[in-house]
Amino acid sequence: MKIAVCVKQVPDSWAEKKMVNGILDRENVDAVLNDLDEYAVEEALRIAEAHGGNEEGGGNIITVISMGPERATEAVRKALSMGVNDAILVTDPKLAGADALATSAVLAAVIEKGGFDLVICGTESTDARMSVVPAMLAERLNAAQLTFASKVDVDPVAGKVSITRVTEAGVDEMHAQFPCVISVVEKINEPRYPSFKGIMAAKKKTIESRDLVAVGVSAEGAWSLVADATPRPARATGIKVTDDGTGGEQLVSFLAEKKLI
Amino acid sequence: MSKVLILADFVGTKATKTNAELATAGARIGEVTAVVFAPVGQGSTYAAAINRGPIAKIIVVESDAFAANGVAAVADVLAQIIAAQSPAAVLVASHAFGKEVAARTAVKAGSGIITDAVDVSADITATQLVFGGSTTVHSKVSHGTPIITVRPNSVDANTTESTPSVETLSFSVSDASKKATVTSSQPPVQGGRPELTEANIVVSGGRGTNGDFSAVENFADVLGAAVGASRAATDAGWYPHSYQVGQTGKTVSPQLYVANGISGAIQHRAGMQTSKTIVVVNKDPEAPLFEIADFGVVGDLFAVLPKATEGIKAHKS
Repeated sequence: MKIAVCVKQVPDSWAEKKMVNGILDRENVDAVLNDLDEYAVEEALRIAEAHGGNEEGGGNIITVISMGPERATEAVRKALSMGVNDAILVTDPKLAGADALATSAVLAAVIEKGGFDLVICGTESTDARMSVVPAMLAERLNAAQLTFASKVDVDPVAGKVSITRVTEAGVDEMHAQFPCVISVVEKINEPRYPSFKGIMAAKKKTIESRDLVAVGVSAEGAWSLVADATPRPARATGIKVTDDGTGGEQLVSFLAEKKLI
Repeated sequence: MSKVLILADFVGTKATKTNAELATAGARIGEVTAVVFAPVGQGSTYAAAINRGPIAKIIVVESDAFAANGVAAVADVLAQIIAAQSPAAVLVASHAFGKEVAARTAVKAGSGIITDAVDVSADITATQLVFGGSTTVHSKVSHGTPIITVRPNSVDANTTESTPSVETLSFSVSDASKKATVTSSQPPVQGGRPELTEANIVVSGGRGTNGDFSAVENFADVLGAAVGASRAATDAGWYPHSYQVGQTGKTVSPQLYVANGISGAIQHRAGMQTSKTIVVVNKDPEAPLFEIADFGVVGDLFAVLPKATEGIKAHKS
């Protein structure tokens, strides 16, 4: 199987994020591999391992695909050290401030050129939190959309994927033929830590860098624009009581006073 | 007058209160048409459930592909309706399904998309709260028909009864939109409680429950609230993952959020700090969540909550 895993480098969840000129300031914060993409990398490795592995002669190859500035190689390298075969990083100054539509167009162009059976993504990035790129990829690639999976079963001989989809609307059992775009929820697996051997091996693996010309997509700019971004005022300090046996009653009085009960 | 489409929101066969919220926001821009996708033969039943909020018209499309093929089939037909109706904007509920439908529709229609709006103004400017609610952003779609997903529970809804005209239209779902097949669907298990992201009140528990959610649940039930949990609680297996509030779980914005035994890591705050009123109960007086609490009780939740539960019962009677 040819498996593509899409990953994104994001500001560390703990870092203070700021907008500069309507775009997230990515330069002055610590950046990491999006947490939720680690589950996608892990799932790709597990699918390959269950069906011959992704080492030479194993019959499977896993490629990580990312879009971002040069420094996104750090995030890509982490996926490589977990055991992915190789990587493609699309980096071009014209892509600064790209929206989900532009991002999905670039990723789809790269994936299409490489050919694939499965594309695996996390459900969202922890910075933009839109949760739309996997669905856009399925649309652009004319592939089956199997998203929000908490369980994935692949039958490479029949070219069939079955998933359990878990959202606020309930639990669905779904299936489709290759090619498929899958997004996985956290809890599907426990991502492995890169081993020392994996980290050393990752240094020798190829990260192919492509610009927009090589990808064959023109930058259209974002189709939605931020007019203004303002930090919200901090919440005023409230009342704090120590429970002396009447904490419960005081809480009820507060709720009654606020007309919340 | 310009026309606005809203995608009617259902959980199973039940119309949600989000419909009136979408209609209220939409009516600021133009005349609201609700688009109802129903199984064959059930269009009129589904349409009849859309009866609250400023809705002028309902377009019903019947196809079994909507249930059988999910997001792709719905987006396929929604894009065809957009092409036929040329609306000024399209508003969709901001949950997993709604965002995915909006995503595919935006690609098909060649339109910009904004997700997770908490408000939409007459000039189609969307308000979003980003970075865990710490920053307010106003943005506009600059290309094509604006497709905006609006978070449930954010817009103050006009819920007056409406009697929209109903028109049934027929569109075909292409084979390209039938690549994924849904073989079974189970509705979420709610245990009679409101849906987490729609609830007016959320009562949640964390590490401090030590795995015993009974006090949290009893308090939630007396308030008619939804129950939430911190990542620590769901990671420990104490509460189902689908109830997790936080950066990697649900984002909630209720009138009242009561956090019990939750210290308040940034991860959790990101999912709840836009709640109107925040109450915190925690044994640890240094718990960071007290910093954003309107009312905090330093104490054992197993002592405080049962008394508060009794107090509310007494208040009600």
